[in-house]
Amino acid sequence: MSVVKIKIESLYKIFGANPKMVMEHVKNGVGKDELLAKYSHVLGLQDINLNVQEKSIQVIMGLSGSGKSTLIRHINRLIEPTAGKITVEDQDVMAYDKNALRNFRREKTAMVFQRFALMPHMTVIKNVSLGLDMQGIKSEETKEKASLWIEKVGLSGYEEKYPQHLSGGMQQRVGLARALTNDADILLMDEAFSALDPLIRKDMQDILLELQSELHKTVVFITHDLDEALKIGDRITILKDGKMDQDDLPADILLNPKTDYVKKFVEDVNRSRVLKAKHIMQKLNGEDISKAIKVNENDFIEKFIDRVVEEKPEMIVVQDKQNKNVGCISSKRLSEILKK
Amino acid sequence: MDFLDSFPVMEQQELRDFKKGIDLAFRTFARTYGDAIESFFEPLLFFLVWLEKLLINSPWPIIILVLASLAWIASRSIVLVIGTIISFLMIGYFGMWKDTMSTVAIITVATLVCLAAGIPMGILMARSNRAQATLLPVLDMMQTIPSFVYLIPILMLLGIGKVPGLIAVCIYAIPPIIRLTNLGIREVDKEALEAIDSFGATTWQRLTKVQIPLALPTIFAGINQTIMMALAMVVIASMIGVRGLGVPILRAISNQYLALGLMNGLAIVALAIIFDRISQHYGKRIQKHREGRNL
Ligand SMILES: Nc1ncnc2c1ncn2[C@@H]1O[C@H](COP(=O)(O)OP(=O)(O)OP(=O)(O)O)[C@@H](O)[C@H]1O
Ligand SMILES: [Mg+2]
Repeated sequence: MSVVKIKIESLYKIFGANPKMVMEHVKNGVGKDELLAKYSHVLGLQDINLNVQEKSIQVIMGLSGSGKSTLIRHINRLIEPTAGKITVEDQDVMAYDKNALRNFRREKTAMVFQRFALMPHMTVIKNVSLGLDMQGIKSEETKEKASLWIEKVGLSGYEEKYPQHLSGGMQQRVGLARALTNDADILLMDEAFSALDPLIRKDMQDILLELQSELHKTVVFITHDLDEALKIGDRITILKDGKMDQDDLPADILLNPKTDYVKKFVEDVNRSRVLKAKHIMQKLNGEDISKAIKVNENDFIEKFIDRVVEEKPEMIVVQDKQNKNVGCISSKRLSEILKK
Repeated sequence: MDFLDSFPVMEQQELRDFKKGIDLAFRTFARTYGDAIESFFEPLLFFLVWLEKLLINSPWPIIILVLASLAWIASRSIVLVIGTIISFLMIGYFGMWKDTMSTVAIITVATLVCLAAGIPMGILMARSNRAQATLLPVLDMMQTIPSFVYLIPILMLLGIGKVPGLIAVCIYAIPPIIRLTNLGIREVDKEALEAIDSFGATTWQRLTKVQIPLALPTIFAGINQTIMMALAMVVIASMIGVRGLGVPILRAISNQYLALGLMNGLAIVALAIIFDRISQHYGKRIQKHREGRNL
């Protein structure tokens, strides 16, 4: 059922004068700090293996300098790997020549940048049209599509403004519209929302989720914020010093952190605020649900916890949008999850 | 200690032969290729002569009107327009109209040549570190070598006339536009380039959609400097047969005519100020997006 859209296999990236030469040391287990101290090369990424499912949001998370930007730039080859393989839709991206790579970038991917990277000399509509412009698509069609996306991100009326005349949040929406106008299957978002203040940031997250529910893109989303990762991600990969620490479902990251690093990450999270019913539900196995209360799969625990405390049901039934039962949570499981 | 007291000099006779050899070689070169090189520049000469005639033969009110409109279109500044009109009226009134028109013609042609050659060279330099490493010392030399020195080979090659004058002006005036085009393009924001790459831009799209537009303020500073340097060469160029405001200045030097020299000198200053302001204003005006936030 699930199809792998982007496959990354044993990817290594070493920055420095002679990466191939020190590659051997890295394979023999020399770590990031030692590599820098002894061989003055920076270990950007080591042994990354990642499958991104089609139509899902894959979050990559890690502290500053952990290699997130480096990793996402490999997917459209803005950075060339030192070793490893990248496959998109069963095509070897590393085998592309200049032309094929250009077409791949034009048709398959679109990127949103951490610091917007808008063209300061172009109006909003020109910026949003950039991807189609590069493809040489004729201007009426471009203009139509661009206007549509400008409207969808709520910037109608700003078409002829220059980026400098917009607030940071508005600029980031231009960046989002620019990527979406390209209508590529793969959306690469490098800390797209990190530069925004909390309120605008929440708006942007909601816009993204709303769009995703109708567009079903394959999204690679980078953040260093766990709350954001849990809110947006279908799957979360945690990077540390260029290495993958854990790659799991959001709930598993939270409930079963595998390393101390991840544990530290999730320690202070208020679980009832970030876990949704669907994250913690278990399969229905003919349990007695006559006295159960019903919640929506996308409700946060926070939303129904009061009812649980009041009514003390044995069982909580989880339903989808069409009110179909999709799973259940026993009150025992719920209290265990919140206790930890 | 003989060795320390007198510098080990090349033998007198040898030195003379050495210099003679070079001169002879170059003279042979000039004799063989001089005509070919001259005919290469024919179209340029034709254009220069045509422009000069046009400027001199058109009725003066029309010229002033055209210059004033150009000033207005480029700068949208009424002060500059009035300044332009007054300057040219005074230039005409003091009998320097024809010389000024000749100077405007050669400055215009020289600037166009410098831009046509210099901007592509600047782009090339920005694209390749090796090109930069080769061209930078050449530019340094062009800017520091006394202009009289490179007049010599030009004279040997082409004799006295408008074309050698034009070439001399261009050699002197082209370095800033090359340098600043190179600098402007190299300074273009890496993130903007990464963004356009991520959308699959070709090298040409990269250059025309991002690099040149974003380098434009710097390139314009280069254009401005090039014009100014071309003006500064007017007097020297007139030594090898270029007509214009430089000629009366030369005459004033050899005869100690203070007023004549001063008046023509001031006319050059007036041209410089007008060209400078116009090109600066224009450079700023095409950068509309740099205006302050006005949400
Ligand atoms: N061009 C480069 N040359 C040398 N080292 C680099 C280069 N680019 C990145 N690095 C190094 O690679 C490591 C990972 O950098 P990267 O930008 O991917 O981190 P990040 O996780 O995106 O961090 P942030 O959250 O701050 O954006 C860092 O140690 C960085 O110094
Ligand atoms: Mg980053």
